[in-house]
Amino acid sequence: MLAWTIYISFIGVLVLMLLPREAARAARIIALLTAVAGCMVAFTGSVQQPNPGEVMTIVKVPWIPSIGASYYLAADGISLVLVVLTGLAAVAGILFSWNIEKRTKEFFAFYLALIGGVYGVFLSFDVLLLFVFYELTIIPKYFLIARWGSTRKEYGAMKLALYSFVGSHLVLIGLIAAWVVARAQTGHATLDLMELSKVSFPLGFQHWVFPLVFVGFGILAGLWPFHTWAPTGHVAAPTAGSMLLAGVVMKIGAYGCLRVAMVLLPEGVRMWQGEIAALAVIGIVYGAGVALVQRDFKFVIGYSSVSHMGFVLLGLATLNTIGLSGAVLQMFSHGIIAGLLFAVVGRMVYDRTHTRDFNDLQTMQLGKLLPFAGVTFVLAGVASMGMPGFSGFVAELQVLMGAWRVFPKITMLAGVGIVVGVAYILRAMQKAFYSDAPVAGKSSHDHPLEPISTPERIGAMMLIAASLVIGLFPGLLLNWIQPCLNSALFERLLKGGSL
Amino acid sequence: MLQLAAPETALAITVLMVLAVDLIALRGQTVEQRFRAGMRVSIIGCLVAAIFTFTRYEGPVINLMNGLLVVDPQTDFLKVVLLILTIFTVMISASGKFTEHVGEYLSLVLLGTIGLMFLVSAEDLLMIFISLELASLSLYILTAFNKRNARSSEAALKYFLFGGMSAAFLLFGFSLLYGLSGSTNLPEIAVALKGRGLDPLLLVAIVTTVIGLGFKVAAVPFHLWAPDAYEGAPTPSAAFIASGSKVASFYILAKILTLGFAGAEGSAVWHGYVSGWTPVIAVVAAFSMMLGNLTAIVQSSVKRLLAYSAIAHAGYMLLGVLANTPSSRTALLFYVITYALTVLGAFGVVTVVEEATGGDAITNFAGLSSRAPGLSLCLLVFLLSLAGIPPLAGFIGKFFVFSAAVGADAGHLGLLWLVILAILMSAVSFYYYLQVLKQAYVLDAAENAPAIKVPLVTMFALVLLAALVILLGCAPGLLTRHL
Repeated sequence: MLAWTIYISFIGVLVLMLLPREAARAARIIALLTAVAGCMVAFTGSVQQPNPGEVMTIVKVPWIPSIGASYYLAADGISLVLVVLTGLAAVAGILFSWNIEKRTKEFFAFYLALIGGVYGVFLSFDVLLLFVFYELTIIPKYFLIARWGSTRKEYGAMKLALYSFVGSHLVLIGLIAAWVVARAQTGHATLDLMELSKVSFPLGFQHWVFPLVFVGFGILAGLWPFHTWAPTGHVAAPTAGSMLLAGVVMKIGAYGCLRVAMVLLPEGVRMWQGEIAALAVIGIVYGAGVALVQRDFKFVIGYSSVSHMGFVLLGLATLNTIGLSGAVLQMFSHGIIAGLLFAVVGRMVYDRTHTRDFNDLQTMQLGKLLPFAGVTFVLAGVASMGMPGFSGFVAELQVLMGAWRVFPKITMLAGVGIVVGVAYILRAMQKAFYSDAPVAGKSSHDHPLEPISTPERIGAMMLIAASLVIGLFPGLLLNWIQPCLNSALFERLLKGGSL
Repeated sequence: MLQLAAPETALAITVLMVLAVDLIALRGQTVEQRFRAGMRVSIIGCLVAAIFTFTRYEGPVINLMNGLLVVDPQTDFLKVVLLILTIFTVMISASGKFTEHVGEYLSLVLLGTIGLMFLVSAEDLLMIFISLELASLSLYILTAFNKRNARSSEAALKYFLFGGMSAAFLLFGFSLLYGLSGSTNLPEIAVALKGRGLDPLLLVAIVTTVIGLGFKVAAVPFHLWAPDAYEGAPTPSAAFIASGSKVASFYILAKILTLGFAGAEGSAVWHGYVSGWTPVIAVVAAFSMMLGNLTAIVQSSVKRLLAYSAIAHAGYMLLGVLANTPSSRTALLFYVITYALTVLGAFGVVTVVEEATGGDAITNFAGLSSRAPGLSLCLLVFLLSLAGIPPLAGFIGKFFVFSAAVGADAGHLGLLWLVILAILMSAVSFYYYLQVLKQAYVLDAAENAPAIKVPLVTMFALVLLAALVILLGCAPGLLTRHL
């Protein structure tokens, strides 16, 4: 059933392509219906999964028998979490791009193609298939930003596309090498993730292939120092584009790190564990520090994404159950909260005021003009800081607990990152919404701002609710994640390995 | 014997018919009408030839006159592929306004195809040389076919002079081979050379043969003709040079090296270098990939860009040649065939855009997605396939070739250095393909630029090609089981 998340999205793309160009309203509605249908399928399919600890095969048919590739879609608890996240982010993104007037149908066609590819990545258990879906997301991303974006859009789009493509090619080198070695060892060609995860790759091989694959996926997860696409890409993208970039695209990077690099090469992770943790913490502190001094509102959120994704990577590096489950939870949580923050900055503020410069925003008293935007930003902001009751708190707490056991020193540095995180959110909140700077000469009352529309309200409330529900009842997701980490697939990774 | 060469014979008769129909029946008609009639005759001839080939498909392997004409399922399949490529070439030429000599143009395309068909069946040095020349001479003239454009003649002259030189090298290599082995038959040469070791004469023979064939496949450093020829030639001619000719040339290159020089392979693995033909090919491949991709970045003409990308792709294909395992042969042929289909489509799009906007500069593609949505969607498919984006055929081809190359020395992953280079260079290539797509999809056309009217036949051919590129990417088994 979950496979229909992918199919529905691509059917939506086809339908949109056949629409006449002028039918903007129809395009919006079709896109929304497609996304909602995908989200419902994701929800019901996930809830119906009887045992999230096991890998449930959805479909498995031979695809290219000569190299052992199959069309193998499956899901375990971790996939479920991320599929649900994708469903939510997809619906929210469309609600926040209701005002796209320029070539509407093409915008939503690219948008749904991106969503379909992301669902595919989370559900593939064949390495080649996963790679196919992974690369499939690059093209829509590029066009969404280059065509419908803002500040330096062509530069940002090209930078993101090239970073993604180079990253995926590093992965490809690793995949081909692993495929050849596995074939030499087992005697038959396979690209099945479950089978490959049983192969013991030689230690020397793991030592050099692991960083290749991990960095290849990590580029998209915002791994410092390869994160530089993230701020420019996020800022250049249209609102829905940044929501998806931060909400799900960065997650497919982190998911690839966990699902492919770490599961296939467990000894490799152990060899590079310290380095990954160090890079992750540098990312946390650096992202937060740079966010603190930005003048552009969107850059603050862009760098905050780098910082929060650092927690995901730190969680992955811990190699213990609590750290890993924190990492997956953080993927979900950041997907929701970052999406909301970008929605406020891009849609609610920038589309109305046409500026993101704090110096200009300071004089506008947006807190009074757009109270809904102000309140949403406050809620999203405190969720992002890690306020208990929101999802971010549970996730980051688990990551830090996991990391404390392994690397106590750098975990303290990560704590510094959290404090700075509070500071940049408060600064942004104060400057953008609740400044007491005198109102500028040309009062904004002259051109009253368009009020917050219904789709925006629905989208914002949906995301806040998701973050609150998971914050109050983290068990909902942890019941999916934790059995999965105790399953056979993660055994070698978490229990000292077979070598 | 005539029965064995029935497809080629049918095509030769078609050549005469095309000429006759054009000269006798269609005097005084417009170029467009003559092209339409000539196209029909040529396509019917190609189909008849393809049917002849099919009727004996998977029949016994026949070796006529000691390798002059070898017919087996693989060569038959390749002939069908060549015929299909020719049909597509004729279809995208049909709207051309570059010549009034319709009959001559079409008959030269068909003559070139005959040469290529004999080429894939040849296992004898003389036959290889003759059929290669038949094909090449047709291609030289096809390049010069736009009489009103000085660039076309210049390109043809350049192509011809380089081609003549390379033919001389090839002949010199062949004569050395004959002197060393006393035979012109490839398997016999391999037997005679066995155990001789690498004497200097054999090395010279290897190098001159690689020079001669390296020219045909446009590999660095024998590539200099390619950008000028692609740019100057009428676009459909360039498409034919890049597609059909490439398939046959690569097949024969692989055949000569793996069959004729069996035993003189040497090794190109990292820290395990042994002299022979694989190190030579490895060096040529490495330089082709680097120079092709890096130079393509700065091109402003799409045809030149495609020429440099062809050089880069020749580099990737050479990886398939030098891996030299049974699976690498399949990988190579899959790559070359899907590449030919893709590049033919890309040139088809360029033909239309050139006719409509008067040039093939990258900026002429601005706003293509609103001026001709279907056409630009086809362009998207072709260029992304060339860049190696899954699930298009180009990606699967790359995966096959790269994994075959790494798998050739599975114990030590010895050829991995070359594959890493290839993969990184392919990441570079994404940039310049995206530059063209950016024009088509991101930028707007000039104010009140009219919609581009795409001729029906061309559109049909392009849609079919795009569908093939997608289909072969999603289900490569359809092709690989014949290779």
